[in-house]
Amino acid sequence: MSQIWIAVIGASVTAFLNKYFGHSVPEKWLDKPRFKRINTLVPIVLLSALVGVQTFADKKELVIDQRLAGVGVALIALKFKAPFPVVVVSAAITSAAIYNWF
Amino acid sequence: MSINPRSNPIDRTALSVAFTVGLYGAAFGAAGVTAGFSIIQTCLLSLLLFSGASQFAVVGIMGAGGGAISAIATATLLGFRNALYGLQMAPILKVKGIKRILAAQITIDESTAVATLQENDADRKRGFYITGIGVYVFWNLFTFLGALGASAIGDPSVWGLDAAVPAAFCGLIWPRLKNKTQFIVSAAGISWALILTPLTPAGVPIITTVLLAIIFGWKK
Repeated sequence: MSQIWIAVIGASVTAFLNKYFGHSVPEKWLDKPRFKRINTLVPIVLLSALVGVQTFADKKELVIDQRLAGVGVALIALKFKAPFPVVVVSAAITSAAIYNWF
Repeated sequence: MSINPRSNPIDRTALSVAFTVGLYGAAFGAAGVTAGFSIIQTCLLSLLLFSGASQFAVVGIMGAGGGAISAIATATLLGFRNALYGLQMAPILKVKGIKRILAAQITIDESTAVATLQENDADRKRGFYITGIGVYVFWNLFTFLGALGASAIGDPSVWGLDAAVPAAFCGLIWPRLKNKTQFIVSAAGISWALILTPLTPAGVPIITTVLLAIIFGWKK
């Protein structure tokens, strides 16, 4: 089985276990302030790391290319409270324009 | 239960959230195919995993050349907040057996958010189910369309898909950054991942940022 299939099935199983677990345990199990603070930060660090890697990494090298311009435009769009599709499409158009014309 | 978005404000909120979020599914579908997943593999993630951030993480890490283990670990940690949502929803929904399995599957950011906006348990229930089922339907539909669209495209850079994916992540993080500490933690996460990228196998720079969450979250 390929790595991709393992990832698809494995991550689907653990995602469901996460969801089902929450519905099935007594509330006090997870009701700890420190735990909640850390858990609020977990998505922030993981998703930030993904933004960094997907913007700058080319295999194991760090590069500056059209993607950075696209992400920059996305951040500006978010700053102006643009809806999600506008954020994504404006990033794509910017990146594509630079890639195709330079 | 009949759904009536014209006269019922809960239904209206639930369905507009479901449709808007569903549209992101197209970005995910495109991201999956761009990362080297087949259309079926991409659609299965939406059908089975069904949690946006975790799904993007799986295709992001595998696309960057990471292994299945780091993809699964990252997705699992990202999905842990759904356990907390389940904890919140369980006393309101009071479901068992197959119904609990179905309720668990649609326990995500949006269904919980719409539920918590309501005033009483009956409305919370209604908000939860209509949003959850609505997002499920639209998210899967648009995933398929996005995957189909992206697979018709050759080089993803020509269409800007290489920037659309990190832009989609920015859209997921943005609403979570509510104070200065969270901005600093976000910047620390980016820096950490970039420093490790040339040094470690793909995937490691991402999953290890959890240490930062523990360090920053340990003390109040």
